[in-house]
Amino acid sequence: MAPILEINNLFKSYGSTQILKDINVAIEQGDFLVLVGPSGCGKSTLLNCIAGLEPITDGRLSIGGQDMTHVNPKDRDIAMVFQSYALYPTMTVAKNITFGMKVRGVDQSTQDEKLKHVATQLQIEPLLNRKPGQLSGGQRQRVAMGRALVRDPKLFLFDEPLSNLDAKLRVEMRTEIKALHKRLGASMVYVTHDQIEAMTLATKIVVMKGGVIQQIGTPSEIYNHPANLFVADFMGSPAMNLIPAKTKNNGQGVEIEIARETGGPITLIDTKNKDLPENVILGVRPEDIADANLRRSEDRQEADCMIDIVEPAGADTFAVMQLGGKQVTARLHAETAAVAGQNLNLAFDLGKVSYFGPETGERLN
Amino acid sequence: MTDMSYTASQSGSRAGKIALRWTLYLMLGLFALFYLMPLFVMVTTSFKSLDEIRTGDLISLPREVTFEAWRTAWSQACTGIQCEGVRPYFWNSVLIAIPAVLISTLIGALNGYVVAQWRFKGANLFFALMLFGCFIPFQVVLLPMARTLGLMGMAGTIPGLIFVHVIYGLGFTTLFFRNYYVSIPSELTKAAKVDGAGFFRIFWSIFLPLSLPIIVVTVIWQFTQIWNDFLFGVSFSQAGTQPVTVALNNIVNSTTGVKAYNVDMAAAIIAALPTLFVYVVAGKYFVRGLTAGSVKG
Repeated sequence: MAPILEINNLFKSYGSTQILKDINVAIEQGDFLVLVGPSGCGKSTLLNCIAGLEPITDGRLSIGGQDMTHVNPKDRDIAMVFQSYALYPTMTVAKNITFGMKVRGVDQSTQDEKLKHVATQLQIEPLLNRKPGQLSGGQRQRVAMGRALVRDPKLFLFDEPLSNLDAKLRVEMRTEIKALHKRLGASMVYVTHDQIEAMTLATKIVVMKGGVIQQIGTPSEIYNHPANLFVADFMGSPAMNLIPAKTKNNGQGVEIEIARETGGPITLIDTKNKDLPENVILGVRPEDIADANLRRSEDRQEADCMIDIVEPAGADTFAVMQLGGKQVTARLHAETAAVAGQNLNLAFDLGKVSYFGPETGERLN
Repeated sequence: MTDMSYTASQSGSRAGKIALRWTLYLMLGLFALFYLMPLFVMVTTSFKSLDEIRTGDLISLPREVTFEAWRTAWSQACTGIQCEGVRPYFWNSVLIAIPAVLISTLIGALNGYVVAQWRFKGANLFFALMLFGCFIPFQVVLLPMARTLGLMGMAGTIPGLIFVHVIYGLGFTTLFFRNYYVSIPSELTKAAKVDGAGFFRIFWSIFLPLSLPIIVVTVIWQFTQIWNDFLFGVSFSQAGTQPVTVALNNIVNSTTGVKAYNVDMAAAIIAALPTLFVYVVAGKYFVRGLTAGSVKG
């Protein structure tokens, strides 16, 4: 079966400014693709290109196996949810949801039936006769989703749909969208700048920066094997620790030396990787640095470190220290004995370590 | 301690506040009187007989109220050689103003919608040129417009005057609607496009229903402009198609012998009534429409 969405060598420019450079993405039926990146990275523009709301400068785009490069938005068999919800202010909720069908000349009984179905699904029946101005943010969000769902399109497009909601509601709606995706088995493309949303929702993530795709992969690939320093730093909270280090190849693996301002350097042995250049940037997730007394794992190597700051966050406690001239964060157990200004014996787990070239920023292992 | 001193200073200034307020009302009252004086003189004079005007005081109330001057102004006063009052010209003005207001408002709405929401190449230049049109002194265009109307065979006709008023109203109507529509998020248009609606459908179903405040503003503005216009009316009309403003001028300026001030005043009030009426009916929307820009969605 042809991919539900396929983008080949897509370029987009406004005048002489290139917004998107050589984008290649394909997703299968039922995929949940998340476009993630900092603001201005071109992710929303890409979504608008997919929707047909922005013309493409160069390249091809097909939806459901059909070439859609120059097709009008209304003929692409897509539905879109916008950041501002974009509900029609003078129409009631019911009219908002059925507007698309009315425009397309769907007969009244089908409209009513579909409206009822969607309203039940999203639990918005009591709101059907209200105007958008009388709804709360979360309710508007639901109506916007309803307007998309009722169309039953090949492809759903979401443009930062949760970023106008408060934190608690955002998490609720996130779960709901995920459940919806699972229930419908629909194909979705979702734009967000929130990397947690990206990780939780996606079956496939595209990380973008400056109009260029940095990495495409499953959430686990993106998280555990970031392709470069940008992805490593962008995905994950707190961010991956990126520590300048020196390596020495020896018989059984690589000896890694991390300089410290006080005390001697820390030396770690990585037995899984070899043939690394002398200068590398070592990427270690905060959860791979733990309290030596509280965690037992096979790959662990212990070192005494001076803790600068301790930040209790409820479930975890974050400890910040200086290694290799960089701030390094460790995700410790909530009941850690860490005290700011004192040494703590930490266990480093190199099982999922990443190495990056200091000049290129690219992944080495 | 701080609480007490706070309340003390508040009550201390209460008298000052009241004094300030009353001064304010007094000033406003005086200004209102000042502005209303001419209207007062007009209205009272129009209800006086000529004898009373000659003998009486300018600002005194009429001793005997008579509607004679109004009757004369409406149907008997002479504009040059004809003596039909302002009535035929009043209807001319209605025939000119209503279509011209409606057409220029509708086209302005479409223009504003295009410039604000369907940004084409050169949209900014187009809008700048439209804006420039607002500031052209009308005297400059009299001769070219006379020539154009002649070529189109509309010289001296009511459709010709409608045409002129539509053209010269477009700058303002486009400006009003553009500024109103530019504050409507473009995502609304995008959502409608994805929903399958086309250019006119989006305009008709989504933008026009949102536009009541700005339509009111535009209608008031255009109606006032067109109804009160004298220059175009006197230049591009002929006997039988003149608007009420031209007739008023003729009544006042073409009488010989004794000046019938009461008739002049009554005719002037008749000529001003429609704009006054529009303001009274739609005035509250006018202020609201000028200040309300954004749409809470």
